[in-house]
Amino acid sequence: MEWKLTDSRPIWQQLTEQITLRILKGEYPPGGRLPAVRDLAVQAGVNPNTMQRAMAQLEQDGLAVGSRTAGRAVTEDTAVIQAARRKRAREAVAQCLQILADLGYTREEAVALLKEEWEK
Amino acid sequence: MSEQLMKTDELLVTCTALTKRYGSKTALSGVNLQLKRGRIVGLLGPNGSGKTTLIKLLCGLIQPTEGDIAIGGMPVGPGTKALVSYLPDRMYFADWMKASDLLDLFSDFYNDFDRTKAAAMCQSLGVVPSQRLKTMSKGTKEKVQLILVMARKASLYLLDEPIAGVDPAARDYILNTILTNYNEEGCVMISTHLISDIEQVLDEAIFLKEGQVVLHDSVDAIREREGRSVDALFREVFRTTGMEGGAF
Repeated sequence: MEWKLTDSRPIWQQLTEQITLRILKGEYPPGGRLPAVRDLAVQAGVNPNTMQRAMAQLEQDGLAVGSRTAGRAVTEDTAVIQAARRKRAREAVAQCLQILADLGYTREEAVALLKEEWEK
Repeated sequence: MSEQLMKTDELLVTCTALTKRYGSKTALSGVNLQLKRGRIVGLLGPNGSGKTTLIKLLCGLIQPTEGDIAIGGMPVGPGTKALVSYLPDRMYFADWMKASDLLDLFSDFYNDFDRTKAAAMCQSLGVVPSQRLKTMSKGTKEKVQLILVMARKASLYLLDEPIAGVDPAARDYILNTILTNYNEEGCVMISTHLISDIEQVLDEAIFLKEGQVVLHDSVDAIREREGRSVDALFREVFRTTGMEGGAF
């Protein structure tokens, strides 16, 4: 997966979001080791201090657990990951519904469209 | 192995009321600046804003008209030159030299030059040590100079326009080399006007305008406060002076 750092928000926030997504997708599985900050920084082409801050946020969110000596791992607590996954999905749906509402779709039309697209 | 990165608050460079005049032209005016270890700092400003003058002062290549500089607690002199690794904005080597001659030269000259690392960097950047400078492309010459500078374990790396005039692929190589090889206890200062290319590797940005520091802050603090990238802010700050300094 490529790193996309396109918008004008703080870079560490964009990094946190993208690593979170990798965890939610299972690219970094529960309990699995996360790559070292320096390696991730070089991969993404960003400053190591910025990557460090992104990782600190993941720890704060409970998605990553750090140990001073062994590096960081994804949490083994799947409930935390599930909660984050649901939150992310809700955000995506809310965004989608907002656009449909702006386009003048009714509730029924929106639901019908979603079903139709899903089954494609 | 520790995951903690070096991000101390230890000061490495202090400039106090630094002024440089060339005759009647003021290149730098009353610059106060502090640089900490473990940071990558962008020195950003249009042509003629004083970037190269500041870097040359830090190197001890020119003397300030007024004010003081301290690097690692010492005034600029032979002691600080051993701490500083400098990439000039133009090539200063004889073009009959081979890349390997330059590696020999730097091994002789600098105690902190890591020849093994330099050889490894040549390989990963596709530089052939037996090739002469005069037969190299501009991008390859830039890479050779960068290897010489980054293979030192210096405290202060001063890179004057390291990405000017090279293609985007070479630019990625160069930035990657800087990220992979800088000494984490040192400070890297990169001067450029190509901000969008380097914004994401920087901790801090310094805006120089007509010889004065108009902004010095962390990149993410700027993004948070301004709601836009450093590049976008730069374009606005310098828009009104866009034509100055250009000989049209």
